[in-house]
Amino acid sequence: MSSWKKLTQKRLFLPIFSMILVMLINVVYDIACGNMPFNFFVITIRNEVLYGRLIDILNRGSEIAILAIGMTLVVSSSGGTDISVGSVMSLYAGVCCMLLAGFGNANVSEYHTPLLVGIGAGLLVTLVCGLFNGFLVAYMNIQPMVATLILWSAGRAIGLLLCNSQIVYVRVESFQVLGSYVGFMPTPIIVAAVCVAVAALVLRFTALGTYIQSVGINKRASRIAGFNSAKIILLCYAICGLCAGLAGMVATSRIYSADTNNIGLNMELDAILSVALGGNSLGGGRFNLAGSIIGAYTIQAITTTLYSLGVSSAQAPVFKAIVVILIVVIQSEPVKAYFKRRNAKKIAAKGATQA
Amino acid sequence: MNKKILAALGCGIAAAAMMGMTAMAEDGELIRVGYAQVGHESDWRTANTQNYQDTFTEENGFELSLIDCDNDNAAQLEAVRNFITQEMDYIIIAPIQSAGWDTVLQEAMDAGIPVIIADREIESDASMYDAWVGTDPTKEGETAGNWLAEYLDGADANILVIEGSVGASAAIGRTNGFNAVAETHDNWTILDSQSGDFTQDGGQEVMESFIKSYEGQFNVVVCQNDNEAYGAMDAMDAAGITYGVDGDVILISFDTTHDGLQYVLDGKIHCNVECNPIQAETVMGVINAMEAGEEYEAVTYVEEGAFVAPGIESEFATTMTQEILDGRPY
Repeated sequence: MSSWKKLTQKRLFLPIFSMILVMLINVVYDIACGNMPFNFFVITIRNEVLYGRLIDILNRGSEIAILAIGMTLVVSSSGGTDISVGSVMSLYAGVCCMLLAGFGNANVSEYHTPLLVGIGAGLLVTLVCGLFNGFLVAYMNIQPMVATLILWSAGRAIGLLLCNSQIVYVRVESFQVLGSYVGFMPTPIIVAAVCVAVAALVLRFTALGTYIQSVGINKRASRIAGFNSAKIILLCYAICGLCAGLAGMVATSRIYSADTNNIGLNMELDAILSVALGGNSLGGGRFNLAGSIIGAYTIQAITTTLYSLGVSSAQAPVFKAIVVILIVVIQSEPVKAYFKRRNAKKIAAKGATQA
Repeated sequence: MNKKILAALGCGIAAAAMMGMTAMAEDGELIRVGYAQVGHESDWRTANTQNYQDTFTEENGFELSLIDCDNDNAAQLEAVRNFITQEMDYIIIAPIQSAGWDTVLQEAMDAGIPVIIADREIESDASMYDAWVGTDPTKEGETAGNWLAEYLDGADANILVIEGSVGASAAIGRTNGFNAVAETHDNWTILDSQSGDFTQDGGQEVMESFIKSYEGQFNVVVCQNDNEAYGAMDAMDAAGITYGVDGDVILISFDTTHDGLQYVLDGKIHCNVECNPIQAETVMGVINAMEAGEEYEAVTYVEEGAFVAPGIESEFATTMTQEILDGRPY
């Protein structure tokens, strides 16, 4: 009993609980349909690659998870959100595919420039986008949403211009690897895992995490305490831009083309939502990276669940909204306080009967 | 002093040029047509633009002024207003958005300029414009269904549908048309139907899920555009499911883009139903009828066919060859 209580008081308990709850819907559905109860969780090797719904969630959730890393840092340090990430993903696609295919070509089967140059240039551009956002927020004191609104609208447009407003296909095997498989493993899962691991290690073994939280809690006090607040905020936005680039890299390789109209469309909202689902305050300050990552995969779990239940596309957004509301309410302060009070009462009642 | 002379000269030249231009328009008796084009977002659209430029020529008695609106709704409204101030004889609009046209259509009506809506549909009342020319997505859906019935020759069909964007007229029409045919066959079952948003990524994600839900139960996949079909093919490749004329699954797609038809030629896609961008001749027919004061159709659908993989013969579709692919304008 007491170990259960300890567990429920862990910070990650509610985000993980929510994710499991979402997946349990599938168990209920499978039992109702007379399938194997744990159909949803079965992972097998098929056609020499990993196969299963859980793999789909991990695979398809990669982009949101990578975005969630950058978004968590931005939210924590500046108390605002970067709404340009989806657009910046599309810009990465435009830069990378334009270089690989050569300007004006819409369908190539060999590289115009080496692969690494394309990817490098794409990531560099997204890093610059992040620095631009960070500069506006940290040094010009522009509100984050307004500052990032610029690239939100311009990023995709520049991407379209670079691709001459067409879908540019790069049909080369090595370009597709980042979006398909390495051996039996879907590459996006590896990319996301590496990104999360690097971020976690840096935050664990340097004081950066503490600096970011301190700036987020009180920018002025941190500056007086000797931190360069502006520089830390700039760094967070730069990382967020780079994360958008990495997410764009995965999304582009998946479809071996720059579909600038659609890559990363509305993805910024998913990224912000995953931060919130992870139990983080969008007001900045303390953050929990693991929570955000779990939040990201929860969003994908909802999508995959809706597909597996066969909910029609027209109704799916409504179901998604209901699930999200439930998760957010479960994690809200008043509900938490209510359960705490109830527990306290129970213990008091128990104490009374024993006495 | 010099500047003043220059300015005067400049004005004089400009005025002369303008007079010259009006004189030309009156003398040549060319019919002045303004076309507010959507943009140049795809090969399909580029082919559509080219088709208008090749059709509304001076030899045919037209002076075409084509504005590429770059998918910007405001720019398109502006372009149409400019056509009205320039007193064009006819205005053709390929509307970017379906809503919000009433005011500008009223302005055209007040100016006495006939308006033809091309390619897409708008929400305004049909009395607000003079004619509509475009594709018929419901018929496209029916063609796909009819071809499938012919190809299956009475065999059972367990069908998965990857729809287009929710609410898009092309998606609604293709679904309705196909379903109408499916209802007439008792041994056809539509197992599931989900939106892939007309994108390759969407098609792939939906297909990945379909494979898990209906493994071994389906033998037909219908994708409502070529991009979704590419994604579905990638998903089936990854799961080791074979499709195409040599495979287990019958694949149907729409749009007949160049790449899409290449897959038909390769035998990967069984049947690809056309969405025809070659519409200018039909529009010209309508304008000529209006000009001559004859009766004309208020709604005209352009001719649309379908293409099937080599080795398949069909009364609803043309069998694909390399010559057909090379000869296509887009």
